Amino acid sequence: MPNKVLTEEEVVSEIQDGMTIGVGGWGSRRKPMSLIRAIIRAGRKDLTIVSYGGPEIGLLAATGQLRRAVYGFVSLDSIPLEPHFRVARQTGSIIATEFDEGAFYLGLLAASHRVPFYPTRAGLGSDMLKMNPELKVITSPYSDADGEYEQLVAIPAFDIDVSLIHMNRADKGGNGQFLGPDLFFDDLFAMAAKKTFMSCESIIDTEDFLTHGSVHTLKIPRIFVDGVVEAPQGAHFTECPPDYGRDENFQKFYAATAKDEELWKQFKSRFLDLENHSEYLKSLESFRESQ
Amino acid sequence: MRRADICVVQIAECFRDDADILCNPIGISPIIGGRLAKATFANEVVMTDAVSVLAANIIPLGDSSAERVIESYVPYRTIFDIVWSGRRHVMMGATQIDQFGNQNIAAIGGYEKPKAQLLGLRGAPGNLINHRTSYWVPKHSKRSFVANVDIVSGPGYDKMKTLGAPANRFHNVYRVVSNLGVFDFSTPDNRMQLVSVHPGVEIEQILENTDFEIEVPEKIEESRLPTDSEIEIIQLIDPEGARYSEVNDE
Repeated sequence: MPNKVLTEEEVVSEIQDGMTIGVGGWGSRRKPMSLIRAIIRAGRKDLTIVSYGGPEIGLLAATGQLRRAVYGFVSLDSIPLEPHFRVARQTGSIIATEFDEGAFYLGLLAASHRVPFYPTRAGLGSDMLKMNPELKVITSPYSDADGEYEQLVAIPAFDIDVSLIHMNRADKGGNGQFLGPDLFFDDLFAMAAKKTFMSCESIIDTEDFLTHGSVHTLKIPRIFVDGVVEAPQGAHFTECPPDYGRDENFQKFYAATAKDEELWKQFKSRFLDLENHSEYLKSLESFRESQ
Repeated sequence: MRRADICVVQIAECFRDDADILCNPIGISPIIGGRLAKATFANEVVMTDAVSVLAANIIPLGDSSAERVIESYVPYRTIFDIVWSGRRHVMMGATQIDQFGNQNIAAIGGYEKPKAQLLGLRGAPGNLINHRTSYWVPKHSKRSFVANVDIVSGPGYDKMKTLGAPANRFHNVYRVVSNLGVFDFSTPDNRMQLVSVHPGVEIEQILENTDFEIEVPEKIEESRLPTDSEIEIIQLIDPEGARYSEVNDE
């Protein structure tokens, strides 16, 4: 078994300005937040994020490191619209490439399978095509029972340089295990990217996987993973069940910073301008004590 | 009788014939209405627990620890597969809706740099082109029932006419339920038509609060009142009365 264990800083050294980063999870659920905070610390800029968006898009927009967001939505779940994303859209500070939620899945799938596109009906008749003039409508090469040739939208494969995902458990070799209710699309993010880095709540021995969950939870094989980072509470403040739920208090605090420049500065110095993930956990501890 | 309870029953009525497809209401009153249908006159309806499973039993609104009788596992990826299979009836909200049923939940004031960013397209484009869709609008006004939507998230009948066959064959905007009445698109040119008026609402009130011409047939029904047992079940599903914060009684 290879040893692919890395630090957050080693992962970020693989990310350059201008890259396209795929981020797993869904809204404010199981996001690789410790890796996102490491990108913020390192000051990488002109980034494109591809995700079922949550706070990674809001944070990188607020720090000015995000150039473009490619997404099915950008939400904090209990707060339906990501507040920093709202500001970024209404001030026009980022380029937005918005897909129907299901169509987004096909962009990931096409990249995973190394085909240029997957066809879908989604988008026909709606403004998705006007919002994304680069999207092409194609004609099926096959006729239906009535001899008609159907028009379909060709969702292009996402071109992702690096994907970041967060799992409940992993081994040193890069096999990942999810223990919550939904894998979301993390296996596809891992397959779709040129390189994938996975953080996890804890690194365990391979032979212990099945004491944590059934064989069905082992959905990230190491052939798609280039590095593993052990990051307890690495998804904070998003949820990571069954290890922990969403930190709603913290999320509310974060959301409030979108409307208050002074509060944002405080948030940034307390939770982003830090040396590493263990400093973050200490800062979080004092935040919780003050609540 | 509170208006919110009448609305919940009319939402439930939208799902009456949906045995063996996924009944997927989104939002407070739609979820209460869907669960009411399942608990009463549409037992065979299949519903999610709003997380990742299909639950055979009736779960109180927002109760994440409620016991579930799990029928099947439906993570988000499977939901999209079900959308594309067509075996689903979704009820979504609409910040704006027009006479042909075009819905906007994306943004107000263009999409390059919107005046107000809303939820986004979400799953609306895929929903509308693949299966039956209904809408719930808790505040019927000229701001929600508009002459033209700013952005088309879910396409309506005029867009489908332009698109033509075969792409339009699964499109079906089934009902719109608002706090004032129930509407469908059954005119020959598929424009919005009044189906029933909620008790306590005048037709004039609907017309005055709509920024386009609604078709009003000669005979108008009044939306039915909830039965006593329906009220009891609604109370079990929504003991905190979340529905009353969504709908006022005027």
